[in-house]
Order: sequence, then structure tokens, then C-alpha cells
Amino acid sequence: MTGYILKRLLSAIPVILGITVIVFIIMSLIPGDPATAILGSYATPENVEKLNRDLGLDRSPIEQYFIWLGNMLQGDFGRSYSLNRPVLDEVLERFGATLILAGTALVLCSLLGVAAGVVSAARQYGLADKAITFVVLIGISIPSFFLGMMMILVFAVNLRWLPVSGMYAIYGGGDLPDLIRHLIMPATALAVVATGVIARLSRSAMLEVLRQDFIRTARAKGVTENRVIWAHALKAAMVSIIPVIGVQAGFVLSGAVYIETVFQWPGVGRMLVTAILTRDILLVQGGVVVVAACYVLFNLAVDVAQSVLDPRVKT
Amino acid sequence: MSLFAITRRGIGALAGAAALSLSLGMPAAAQTPPGVLIVGQIAEPKSLDPHAVTAVNDFRILMNVYDGLVRYRDGTLEVEPALASDWEISEDGTEYTFTLREGITFHDGASFDAEAVKFNFDRMLNEDHPYHDTGPFPLAFFFSAIEETEVVDDMTVKFTLNEPYAPFLSNLAYPTGLMVSPAAVMEHGADFGRNPSGTGPFTFAEWRSNEAVVVERNPDYWDGAPELEAVVFRPITDANTRTAEMLAGGIDLMVEVPPNALSEFQSESYEVYEQAGPHVWFLILNAKEGPFADKRVRQAANYAVNKEAIVNDVLEGTAEVAAGPTPPAFAWAYNEDLEPYPHDPDRARELIAEAGAEGAELTFYVTEGGSGMLDPVPMATAIQADLEAVGFDVVIETYEWNTFLGEVNPGLEGKADMAEMAWMTNDPDTLPFLALRTAAWPDQGGFNSGYYSNPQVDELLEQARVATDQDERARLYKEMQTIVQDDAPWVFVANWKQNAVTAANVERFSLQPSFFLLLKDVVKN
Repeated sequence: MTGYILKRLLSAIPVILGITVIVFIIMSLIPGDPATAILGSYATPENVEKLNRDLGLDRSPIEQYFIWLGNMLQGDFGRSYSLNRPVLDEVLERFGATLILAGTALVLCSLLGVAAGVVSAARQYGLADKAITFVVLIGISIPSFFLGMMMILVFAVNLRWLPVSGMYAIYGGGDLPDLIRHLIMPATALAVVATGVIARLSRSAMLEVLRQDFIRTARAKGVTENRVIWAHALKAAMVSIIPVIGVQAGFVLSGAVYIETVFQWPGVGRMLVTAILTRDILLVQGGVVVVAACYVLFNLAVDVAQSVLDPRVKT
Repeated sequence: MSLFAITRRGIGALAGAAALSLSLGMPAAAQTPPGVLIVGQIAEPKSLDPHAVTAVNDFRILMNVYDGLVRYRDGTLEVEPALASDWEISEDGTEYTFTLREGITFHDGASFDAEAVKFNFDRMLNEDHPYHDTGPFPLAFFFSAIEETEVVDDMTVKFTLNEPYAPFLSNLAYPTGLMVSPAAVMEHGADFGRNPSGTGPFTFAEWRSNEAVVVERNPDYWDGAPELEAVVFRPITDANTRTAEMLAGGIDLMVEVPPNALSEFQSESYEVYEQAGPHVWFLILNAKEGPFADKRVRQAANYAVNKEAIVNDVLEGTAEVAAGPTPPAFAWAYNEDLEPYPHDPDRARELIAEAGAEGAELTFYVTEGGSGMLDPVPMATAIQADLEAVGFDVVIETYEWNTFLGEVNPGLEGKADMAEMAWMTNDPDTLPFLALRTAAWPDQGGFNSGYYSNPQVDELLEQARVATDQDERARLYKEMQTIVQDDAPWVFVANWKQNAVTAANVERFSLQPSFFLLLKDVVKN
């Protein structure tokens, strides 16, 4: 198993490098440059040229890429033009916030999705199944940013139960209850669609498993129904549910871009959008490397979990 | 009965969640702390080094932490003394000698003197200055006329310009002219922007990335200490979220209220402020080729566009109709006699018929957003409909802002007949000098992307730039506006009114025509 994990980690390196090359090419191809973005109305060719020189952008793109690569391999991700601070500081700080948000959302959608799917399957065509299927359909259909805005309107503006935006209170906050208060709405809004997807797939996975012989055997042995469903059947169904959660993790991460904007969550998604608009290529690269690495690692974790659950999956 | 069990459990969970959110939620409804003003900004600042930034959003913080040698008088764009108590301009307009105010110290304790002034300008302008590498300084060209900054004595500093340059004083009042502490620059180097030190009414306290910049009262401020204990600037990029924060009581003051949200604040709990600024929104017309090479067709476009409808319906009253190239906010230089082109489609059709341009096909460059561009897509759609009503065939091409600038700034020739554009400036010289002179065509490094050329206008602008007498400058600018309005190189559309909303307990606040946010006198009850 260790050998497998090591091999997978090594194979991730060319993937991430490839991504940095693609990002670099795209960023070089789109019109506009950081100097124009910084100068705005004052972007005369003369001013742009001088600023590009000061920013070290007067070199050829290939040269720039290899300088960046060399520095990156030594742990130096450069300095962001638009924020005037080291890229790594910004990215790590932001990524922490995204992990809290996306991680919570992922836990929420996994637990709720699987639970809803299991309950649905256990009572197929029953009232609970119909209710859950209905709610899930609504959840999948609502765009998360719209849901986010509606939640703000209801729970923050009208009821004043929860803060509108941000990660901590500006004054007197900073502790865990404060964080949770700020996390409830964005994490829920982010989790809703994935919950729906996971619920539907869990339901069909469970239905599949519940039809199999070993379930009948278990019931025949007199195992309680709860135990049959939650222990025997769910364990077998998890083999097909876990990869779905893996895929949803990617959607949750990308969905965080909208949710972070709506809730002013200081995460990496919103940072990337701003960085692209200001053509801040070093910040884009830094952010993409970290997000890609995280995604690769999470997929590895999913595959490992799957091979543990299902001995048929060879590592 | 297990269905019931599930439901009962579900209800229990729901009740638990509601209780949790209630218990956690209570403090959220609390008001903002007394004496502390929380400001909803539109973005995270880039840096708190006034020489390194270009955005109004950053200026809003900086103007409260730093002072310049001069500043704009309250409610105007006219210059008055600040850190300099007095100044003299030499006869030929190339030497400016400033007497500095005594007894002022930077927040870090260092004293403010002529050496500090020299350090500020040398850092920006001399590439071999030891701290030039703490930049880049994108707007340093505001001071490119300075040949030398000289310390005459401790409290006197003299600037020698390489040619007379009338906008010099108003450039000094711009944030690029704010004075930073040399000691703090030496201590923090390139990180000065996160450890700022000035002489302003508020001292920098902390910057929590992506959350808030906090500044605190400077009890020793030379022009009277502020009333507020502290100001917190919160970046809230999404306008709807900013509005929601204001409605929920999370912030005390919000800038750049979206037009469609203004109605939310028509109550006793809020105060809405509006102030026209040095902003003009216009369409650049390609005067070099195609139908707009004919002045009559350019005038026809001005008659055809229903500007009233745009400012009232599309922009919901957050702008005023523009009459010419100079915004009225430059009161001293604005030609009051100019009347905006009326909305007169019949007159437009006549002019088009005279010029034989019926049914001309026009390519129209539109941006999705961008600094000062207001609501560019709906505005473009309204303009397109107006122009089609008088017989043009208008094709819109939409670009993201930086791509758009990359297309428009090099000139419209061979690509488009018209393009949206907006400028905010600090001196009536800047925009016409950079965008209307013959010597400002794109191939010569200017922004005259529509290739307008009138020798008379060129001459007037050159003269105004070297005249140091303000009345004389005003006369020249007024004459220029009359000619440019008639030549119609642009369709003059709108002057933006900046807006802000405060909670009712915030008093003595006003918006400035400079679009700066000055909070020294604000009181929060």
C-alpha cells in the first residue's frame, strides 16, 4: 500500500507541472497584462512599458516561466503584483479559509446525502422516500449563489439570526462559536447541490445492494433491519458511493468560488477570480498549484479508501 | 411505525438545529461598537503605500492616514494648504517653493521636514534612489515634470520643473502626492505598504488580510483630532452582499450603492448621500474612417442618444447628463453655458441624410465592467436601440475590461466605429490633454483612440497647461469645451454621481467631489 501511495504521489508531479504550463499559456494568450490592469485609464504605452520593466515582465514568456519554475521549486512563489505581498502567504492564508468552508460543506453533504439516500432506499416508494426525492430534486435545481443570497435575505437581514458575510466578527469575535456562526450559511449553500447528487446515487447504490443475496441471508439469520441497512448494506454500497463523493469534492471546491463571493468568505476561489481579472499571473499560478495538489491528494485518499473497503479493487 | 420514528428523529434534529442557530445567532444582531465606524469597501486594498496604488478604493483609506503638502478644500476641487502652510510659484512657472508647517510628526514619531519631502519624491522618481525598489510607482508620472527636489532649509522645499506645468498643484493634492514616513520605508522596505506611517488624522492599527483594515484616532493630529475612536474598512466585493450587510446593521457606511438597491434605504434608519464627481462617461467615435469621419454624423449620434433615459432609467438617477468633455465638478474650469445635446431623433436623421450616411453599419465596442464604467452593458443596449431608431445598423462586440482596454487604447482604426469609455481625473487638464489632442493619437502614446484632431484645441490645451493663473486656465478650458462639443469627437453621455449610505446615527459625513472618503469629522452617536 505504501508503495502504491508513493507511486501515485510521484505521478502527481507531472500532472501539476502540466497544469502550471497550461495556466501559463492561457494567461499569456488572453489579452491585457498586469501593467494595463494596474494603470487602468493611465495605461499609455510608455507607462505600461516602464511598469512592465519594474515588474520584470519585459522578458519572454518562456523565460518568465522557467524563472518562476526555478523559484517555485525552491519554495519561492514570487510576489503578487495586485496585492503587493508574497504569493505563498496569501495563498496559504486563503486556502485555509477555503478548506474550512469546502471541508465543512463536504462533510455536510456526505453525511446528509448518504443518510437521505439510505433512508430513501430503505423505504422505497414510501412517504419518506417521496419526500426526500422531492427535496433533493429542489436542492439539485437551485443555483447555489441564488440560494446563498436568499439565505442572507431571510436569516441575516430579516431574522438577524446569523451574520451576513465574512469569516469572523470584526469586533469581539475570532473564537470557534463565532466561526461556526459565520460558517452555517455558506457551508449549507455550498453543500446543497452535492447533497442532492450524493443522495440520489446513494439511494440507487443501496437499492442495488439490498437486492443481493447476502442481504437476504442476513435478514434470514435474524439480523435486525437497522443493522442490515446501516451495517451490511451501507458498507457494500459505500464502494460505489465513495467515488461519487470524490467527484463531488471537485464540484464543491469549484462551487466555493461563487459562495465565497456571495458570503465574502476570504477563500482561495475568490482570490483566483480577482487574480485572473487583474492578470496577476504569479498569484494565479500559486493558487492553481495549491488547489490542484489538494485535488490530487483528495482523489488519492478516495482511491485508498475504496481499496480498503473493497478488496477487489487492486492497488 | 418506523416511518414515524424517522420523522420524530427528523423533527428532533430540526429543532436542535434551530436552537443551535438561535443560540449562536443572538450576538450577530448586535450593533456595531460605539465610536467605531465600520465602512463597507468594494475590494481589498492593494497596498497602503500611497505611491504604489492607483485605485479609488485604496485612496479611500489612504486619505485618512496620510496628508499631502496641499489638499482639496472641503466640497471642491480647489487646492488649499495642508502640510505646507504656504507656497510661491516663480514668474516663469517652473519653480515651486513650499513652506512646511512646523511641529508635525509622523505616526512613527519621526518629524516631518523638508528632507522627508525630498525623500518622498526622490523615491518615486529617481531610479537610482536606494528605496526606489520599494515600488513600482505606477502613477509617478504625475510628477514627471519635476527635475529636482531641493531642501532649502529644514522647513522649506523647492521643486524645479523642466517646463511650466499648471496641473502640478492639483497633482500634489492627489493621493500620489501624500507624504510617507521615510523612517518607516527604511524599516519595512517593500512591506511598507502593509506597515504604513503618515501624518494623517488616523494611525494604522492592523490589516487582517481579506477581512479588515483598522485605523485608530490620532490624538495629536495637527488639524484637530478626529471624533471617532477607530475606523474599520471591510472589503465586501459583491454589491448585493454589501447592501445586505448595511441592511443587517453589520456596517455603518457603505460606498458605491448599486442603483437598484437605493430604494432599500429610503427610510429614517439611513441617510443617502450623492455627489457628482470629476467623472465623464462617453463614446469614443472613430473620426478617422467610416461614417463618423463626418462631423455631421458624429453630431447626429449625439442627438440620437437619449441620455436622459440612460441616466434616469438605466442608471436610476445615479448620474447626470454630460454636456461636454469636462465634468461640472471642476467648477472653476467648467463652461456653464454649454447645454447637452438634446434628444432629437429628427435632427439626427436630417444630419445623417445630409451626410449620406443612411443605414450605415457601426461596430460598437462594449465592456462588461471596469473602473468608472457604471453599467456598461445595459447602457450599450440602450444606445444601440437609440442609434438604430435613427437608421444606423449597430453591431455590439463585448469584451472583458482588460481585453477591452487592449483593443481600444491602441486605436479603433480598422476595427470599430465607436467604443465606450469613462475617466475620473483630478485636474481638468488630464483627460483632454491625454485623449483629445492630435499629439495624443495612440501611435504617439496617448489615448485619443478616435483620432480626433483640431489644431485650435491642441493650441488651447498647450496654453492652459503652462498658464499658472487659474482664471486664465479657466478661460482656455471653457473655450476648448465649446469647440469640442461642436466637433463632437465623442458622444457625451453621463457624469457619475458617487453615492454612499450611512446609518442614521452617523453624522457630519459628506462625500467629496474628488471621490475621496474623508472621515476626520464624522461622528457616530
